Amino acid sequence: MFRPSPDSWSGLALAALGVYIVLQTRGWEYLSQEGPGPAFFPRWYGLAIVVLGAALAVAGAKSASVNWRGAGRALGTWAVLAGSIAVMKFAGFALGFAVLTYFLVAWMYRRPPLQAALVAGGMVAVFYLIFPLALGVSFP
Amino acid sequence: MDIASGLLHGFAVALQPANVLWCFVGVLLGTIVGIMPGLGPPATIAMLLPLTAQMSPAGAMIMLAGIYYGAKYGGSTTSILLNVPGESASVVTCIDGYQLARKGRAGAALGIAAIASFIAGTFGVVALMLVAPPLARLALAFSSPEYFGLMALGLAMVVLLAGRSLVKALLAMLVGLWIAGIGTDPFGTTSRFTFGRMELLSGIDFVVVAIGVFALGEVLANMEAREEPQALPVPKGLRNLLPTVQDLRDCRFAFVNGSVIGFLIGVLPGAGSTIASFISYGVEKAISRRREAFGTGVIEGVAAPEGANNSETGGALVPLLTLGIPGSGTTAILLAALVLWGFKPGPLFIAENPQLFWGLVASMYIGNVLLLILNLPLVPLFAQVLRAPAYVLYPAIIGLSMVGVYSVSGSVFDLGLLAAFGLLGYVMRKLDYPSAPLILGLVLGGAMERALRQSLMMSEGSLTILVSRPLAAAMLSCALLILLVPLFSRLNAWRLQAMEEEE
Repeated sequence: MFRPSPDSWSGLALAALGVYIVLQTRGWEYLSQEGPGPAFFPRWYGLAIVVLGAALAVAGAKSASVNWRGAGRALGTWAVLAGSIAVMKFAGFALGFAVLTYFLVAWMYRRPPLQAALVAGGMVAVFYLIFPLALGVSFP
Repeated sequence: MDIASGLLHGFAVALQPANVLWCFVGVLLGTIVGIMPGLGPPATIAMLLPLTAQMSPAGAMIMLAGIYYGAKYGGSTTSILLNVPGESASVVTCIDGYQLARKGRAGAALGIAAIASFIAGTFGVVALMLVAPPLARLALAFSSPEYFGLMALGLAMVVLLAGRSLVKALLAMLVGLWIAGIGTDPFGTTSRFTFGRMELLSGIDFVVVAIGVFALGEVLANMEAREEPQALPVPKGLRNLLPTVQDLRDCRFAFVNGSVIGFLIGVLPGAGSTIASFISYGVEKAISRRREAFGTGVIEGVAAPEGANNSETGGALVPLLTLGIPGSGTTAILLAALVLWGFKPGPLFIAENPQLFWGLVASMYIGNVLLLILNLPLVPLFAQVLRAPAYVLYPAIIGLSMVGVYSVSGSVFDLGLLAAFGLLGYVMRKLDYPSAPLILGLVLGGAMERALRQSLMMSEGSLTILVSRPLAAAMLSCALLILLVPLFSRLNAWRLQAMEEEE
């Protein structure tokens, strides 16, 4: 009986990506009088992804399970990173980066709030000195 | 002018105090630019170009070339210490360099990177001086089918970059090809896989993917542990920070491999140092007696790609100076600089401007020595970065990644992409998908599609053009062989297992 494992799921997801690529290429020219069109190359690697993804889904059924312990912390960090990028769009890099650093230091590494604030402020100041001031590279 | 008198003449130009100063300024700026992710030599040279109008052409060219090859030295630093590739050509250095740092051998890795860069960089200059004109003519024989063969050979290296599963490595590479295909069709106006977003029309920059998958993926993986991780070990004492005699012995072939492959690939316009570093890493792994240890922190895994990306600089100057063909973004800006100063790079360039050509060659010898002197003493200083506590180091890596990506595109949308690729890198780690094949597919995808479609246009749709030209056929055969070797070894293993079971 087919018992899905992480490899099976990733194989299925990639096969679905391959199907999406192949379906997209149906809307573009494959071959014209001038030569191959925009669909030519993607269709072939799309088909290869479908075949290999399906092979992994089937062959990977017996693969070992993945240890997801701790993934919550990693994904939480990622969510705050994504949120800080959204903040940067409206409030600038300095504030978004300071919020992200504060979160990492205070929540992830459980440091006192004052220490977290000092690290966040110091980090922004050092980045400002190196990039906009010394190298002329602007902040997001 | 023969080579000996040309070189003497060149040293007379390059050793003028002002030119030595410009050389130093160039290599120092290059090293800094190489360390900063996203801030590459093309942008720096372009920014400095207006300032060179007041300088002598020889001094200006010496400084700009110094930035170009100096950046290759600096690019390895963040790859080794933080798993953040400072430059696209340093992506491969992350694979073994960062693992060495985790084992407490960051100093040895940084030292070997500097030594390999020096040896291969010097080889590149010698080769530029000796074989520039005939090699440039050979490069002209490369047409689209040969480029397709070269790209196929590069993609075949996925076999050597694969971890435990070749299928996963191939899938990662194919996803890299897909990401490379996002944007406007290179031969028309069709937009592909852009999900209706204007920002994706010009494609996804390599830097965004590489930094996301390598650096942010690593940071997210490290965030899993509830306890603060121990700072990476840094041995005390200069002697313990530099490569040992055994390290140098282990890297003997890597120095040669990186030098030769880097130069030859550099001569081919459009191939670039990233491909050179991937191929030399693949070759080093293929011929190594401890190939299974690659990826876990092998010193040759740093020496080969670092050598290749430095030797490539000498190679890339061959088509630029002898044919007037720029092979990369940086050499295109150097070409613009030469034209701006009133020169005509082409077959007559060396004969008409011996002072500039030989002055540049001699300055590159001096520049490589300066870089070694500059970089080796800085190894212990750079290695101290690893002593920083995790709660300072990880936010710094994230900040550096964001500023690096933004400096390339100037778009906040790319920061969103960076976060997305960071998540992809983390998931790939969890599911045991190797990251390097994804980058390989991304680097080669665009050039491979262009070469294939141009070849088929030349042959009016006939695929035989790819095998009827000797050079293209040879490279495709090699690629096929590399891909099939693991299959044969697996079949052989099954056969032996079946025989044992029968007995």
